Amino acid sequence: MNLLRTVDLRKQFGQTRACNGLDFVINKGEFLSLVGSNGAGKTTLVNLISAHLQPDSGQILLEDRDITFTTVAERIAAGIARSFQIVNLFDGLSAFDNVALSVFSRDGKTVKMARLADHDRDVRRETLDVLGQFGLASKAAAPAGSLAQGERKLLDVAVAYALRPRLLLLDEPTSGVSTHEKAQIMDTVSSVVRGGIVTAVVIEHDMDVVFRYSDRIVMMHEGSFLADGTPDEIRANRDVANILLGAPLTA
Amino acid sequence: MAIFAIQILNSLLYASVLFLIAAGLSLIFGVMRIVNLAHGSLYAVGAYVTAWLIGAAIARHVPLGLLFLALPVGALSVALIGIVIEPLLLRPFYRRAEEYQLLVTFGLLQIFEDLIRLVWGGTPLSADTLIDALPILHIGGLFYPAYNIVVIVIGAVAAIILWGVIYHTRFGVMLRATSQDRRMASALGLNVELVYVVAFGIGCFMAGLGGAIVVPTQAAVLGMGVDALVIAFVVVVIGGLGSLKGALVGAVVVAFVRTAGIQFFPELELAVLYLIAAGVLLVRPTGLFGTA
Amino acid sequence: MTTITDQAPRERALPRVALAAVAILLALAVIPSFTALYQVQLLTYGLIAAIAALGFNLLLGYTGLLSFGHSAYFGVGAYTVALVVAHLGLRSMEEYLLIGIPVVAITSAIFGYICVRHTRIFFGILTLAISQVLYSLALKLYWVTGGSDGLRVPRPTLFLGLLNFSGSHGFQLFVRSYYYYVLGIFVVCVVLMWVIVHSPFGKALQAIRDNEVRARFIGLRIRRFRWIAFLVSGTFTGVAGILWVPLNGLTTPEVLYWTFSGEIVFTALLGGFRNFAGPIVGGIAFTYLKTYAVATTEYWQLLLGVVLVTLVLVLPTGIVGAISRAGQWFGRRNAVT
Repeated sequence: MNLLRTVDLRKQFGQTRACNGLDFVINKGEFLSLVGSNGAGKTTLVNLISAHLQPDSGQILLEDRDITFTTVAERIAAGIARSFQIVNLFDGLSAFDNVALSVFSRDGKTVKMARLADHDRDVRRETLDVLGQFGLASKAAAPAGSLAQGERKLLDVAVAYALRPRLLLLDEPTSGVSTHEKAQIMDTVSSVVRGGIVTAVVIEHDMDVVFRYSDRIVMMHEGSFLADGTPDEIRANRDVANILLGAPLTA
Repeated sequence: MAIFAIQILNSLLYASVLFLIAAGLSLIFGVMRIVNLAHGSLYAVGAYVTAWLIGAAIARHVPLGLLFLALPVGALSVALIGIVIEPLLLRPFYRRAEEYQLLVTFGLLQIFEDLIRLVWGGTPLSADTLIDALPILHIGGLFYPAYNIVVIVIGAVAAIILWGVIYHTRFGVMLRATSQDRRMASALGLNVELVYVVAFGIGCFMAGLGGAIVVPTQAAVLGMGVDALVIAFVVVVIGGLGSLKGALVGAVVVAFVRTAGIQFFPELELAVLYLIAAGVLLVRPTGLFGTA
Repeated sequence: MTTITDQAPRERALPRVALAAVAILLALAVIPSFTALYQVQLLTYGLIAAIAALGFNLLLGYTGLLSFGHSAYFGVGAYTVALVVAHLGLRSMEEYLLIGIPVVAITSAIFGYICVRHTRIFFGILTLAISQVLYSLALKLYWVTGGSDGLRVPRPTLFLGLLNFSGSHGFQLFVRSYYYYVLGIFVVCVVLMWVIVHSPFGKALQAIRDNEVRARFIGLRIRRFRWIAFLVSGTFTGVAGILWVPLNGLTTPEVLYWTFSGEIVFTALLGGFRNFAGPIVGGIAFTYLKTYAVATTEYWQLLLGVVLVTLVLVLPTGIVGAISRAGQWFGRRNAVT
């Protein structure tokens, strides 16, 4: 049962083919890790799916609905949310406000000028809930700019998660973060995926994390897919091993 | 027919002056990412200093030919002001929020406008004697001062020199490198602070030169700085901030439109200009050649 | 380390803020009883400047857009009143507000729509350019606007004609009554603005200010929010213009000139633009500062320019920011000892 599908998706930057005719399928409810060396095209693919970039050619279909030319706002409304590789937060606002804004935005409440944000009990409850799931409840009142790097990463994911998307795209959510926090992020994401709430596509470099949490691993190399399978299948794949170890590919 | 030719010459004269102002503004923005709100006032200072020098020289019976030296001296004095201002008042703000830079240059605008009034008073300062130094041309039965042609030539020469410096000298390479990526340039060993000061100095020189060469054709008056600033903004909006070509194209467009406008619909000429600017912005939000 | 329970931290601070506000309000209410007429007038101008600054700062402090052309909205407000007097013969303050507010709102909407499509620097340029166009129109279309002489505005009636100010003591009565009238509107404006910046809309604006990319990626439509902020901002400043002209008795093109925009910017900076009360303090303080400067020297523009540059260099968070930092510093010292 596929949630999102790309058809011959292409994106080129000058001479570099970041996405070289990709036919990508994301299944509903799966935890998919997107791996590969730097420059393989992973972030570009995520950028294309989230409308951060427009493709040169090809299609993106969400449950067979063509969303290739929709805007960022439209894709969020359709249920696609993302976090960023370099932490991207509202540093002047508190952690609480950062998450609350996602909730307000999702519910279409951001045009409300005539009532105090703090008085919306539903939003407040949900925000505290999300913060709790990510272990940030105690830091709720702190300005996002003052949090430690690990907490900021968690918050970045929480902000995307609070949009209650159907598809959550996480770009290196565990980079620069302690082992404990890695586990926390991945445990949370994993549990909401298991609960059938969200499908997750995660760009990751930490192979331990990848093998431990993923249902499916897709490896990219120079703009194309090199391997696609369960963790066991990938473990057995010689090409993957060679890429990871730097040896030449089999013919 | 002759009137038409004169209108064109007048437009070119105006374009020449506008180009100098706008190119200076664009250069400073291109290299340093600063919009200098006091740029118009520096143009005014150039005009006032030059007019004052000419007036003082005439009082001392300096020969007419030497009076022309007042032009580069006026421009250089403005460059000097720029070289003093940049390290003192602008450098502290490069790492701070953009708003602070704009606020500082706005404060400078206020300071300069009143400083001009303080030093030279409210009566217009003219320098039209310089026009007498050059012959009067006959264009189809009408008179036209050769000085105006000199202004056009100076503008064109300045454009060529600037283009040459930026694209064909080592310093130009440094300028372009710094404008592309300041940190990278610094990491490669370029003395970024020196580049900034020189770039700012050149930009101010251009503004001052614009004021210097225009003042024999029209007296220096209070408020000319802000008027020039607003028009210069229209030029860079049309042509694009940070682009030399844009400054040239924008200056020509604005000059011709304005000259025609003043001739045919004086009350609305400014409005028409803004309409054109708004139109360009709708199609190309960064101006025709902009890098902003 | 604060924990959030049932009450948000702001709710707990609310009683303190409210108490301070009430105290200040009481002070403002009793001041006219024992000051000279001239001081009452000056304070009225101060409150008007505070309203203008409050509106301006919605754009600067909360949305991150620096406008150099806010004089346009102040001037449109003032000229609307003057034209209404001249052509419709209306004399009631309520009528001025009823007609003036929609006019400044529409003006802000139109100009805002043009301006917010652009990046910060072009935004500043455009706002400056628009106000200069209005200035030149006001100057040149003298048969409509009275040119450089401007248009006179007589003393209005307050409360739908209930309070009329003709007669021998009319002026004194007017000044004192008008002070309370303006004070009332000032309070309404402050409360309105406070609610707006603490609403979901206000939070969204601050998010857009802090990180435009992320704001887009939580689904906020950047341009729309900036446009609405511009509209509200221009309307507040326009209301200040509407209130200003009956007191001044006259409006001239000066009120549309870039220097006046600069004064509005100054007031926000003086008080501090990163907090709510800053513009209010700045507006009132600036009124006194300018009066002093004008009385001291013919070159007060120069003086103000120097003060502005010094402020930016030395006290970028403004008066309120400085006080708040001093307060924190004292707080830390007390905690240590």
